[in-house]
Amino acid sequence: MLADRAARPAARQAGAPDRPEARIFHHSFAADALSVRAALRAALARFMRQMTRDEAGTLELVLAEVLNNIVEHGYGDNGHGTITLSMVRDRRGLSCSVSDDGVELPADCLLHADTVQDLRPQPDHLPEGGFGWFLIRDLAEDLGYHRSNGRNLLAFRLPLKPLES
Amino acid sequence: MNLYAESVEGVLLVRVDEERLDAAIAIRFKDRMREVTAQPATRVVLDMSQVEFLDSSGLGAVVAVMKALAPRRKLELAGLTPNVAKVFHLTRMDSVFRIHADISDVTEEGIRNAG
Repeated sequence: MLADRAARPAARQAGAPDRPEARIFHHSFAADALSVRAALRAALARFMRQMTRDEAGTLELVLAEVLNNIVEHGYGDNGHGTITLSMVRDRRGLSCSVSDDGVELPADCLLHADTVQDLRPQPDHLPEGGFGWFLIRDLAEDLGYHRSNGRNLLAFRLPLKPLES
Repeated sequence: MNLYAESVEGVLLVRVDEERLDAAIAIRFKDRMREVTAQPATRVVLDMSQVEFLDSSGLGAVVAVMKALAPRRKLELAGLTPNVAKVFHLTRMDSVFRIHADISDVTEEGIRNAG
């Protein structure tokens, strides 16, 4: 905390009693695996002090699955694209939205976890993939999707332990 | 991709010296594992104690390595950090691997058996 204050004298002088800028993350980046890594690092760093280690691990996993799905399937062979990640911290958790200009998300990605239980990769079949959306559905809440003008918007919440204060 | 392999009492111990086993590195991990497991050993134990983050691509790569070693050789895991263990648990893939708490459990076991 001390280091953070020292590094931001301007913000301190401007007032901003609860430092609202620390509760919002907004970032656009290239749709490739290394840019996803950098975005995850930046997003985690922004909210790290407001989460437990376990919550941070869950957040990183959900975001990685969502973002890498866009890289691999949304843009796929197309190669180039941009992803925009926005996150807002409120009292109960993190509201996240992710937008991209890739192909439409298949409808079954959004089915309720109970509906697609049978499609869950079976460990004894030694699956090498297909885990991503199950992890997302297991860990995120209020998953919603909207597509308009060729643009995908995926929104979800990650519940977190309430903030002190 | 940093992997270090050594053979101890006939067990091939492979340490993943990476903080992340994710989509950015999964293919290289599979390729490097194919190289380092070229030497003979019936048991291959992957020391994941340095890996802080595993995503579904990393998990898929570990499963692919296991399948590439089968049926003659087994892939076991050791030293899963909490976030990595969570992914194995959520996907129930912890049921298909023999998982050791720590790599030293494997080496001690090997020495006991040899003695």
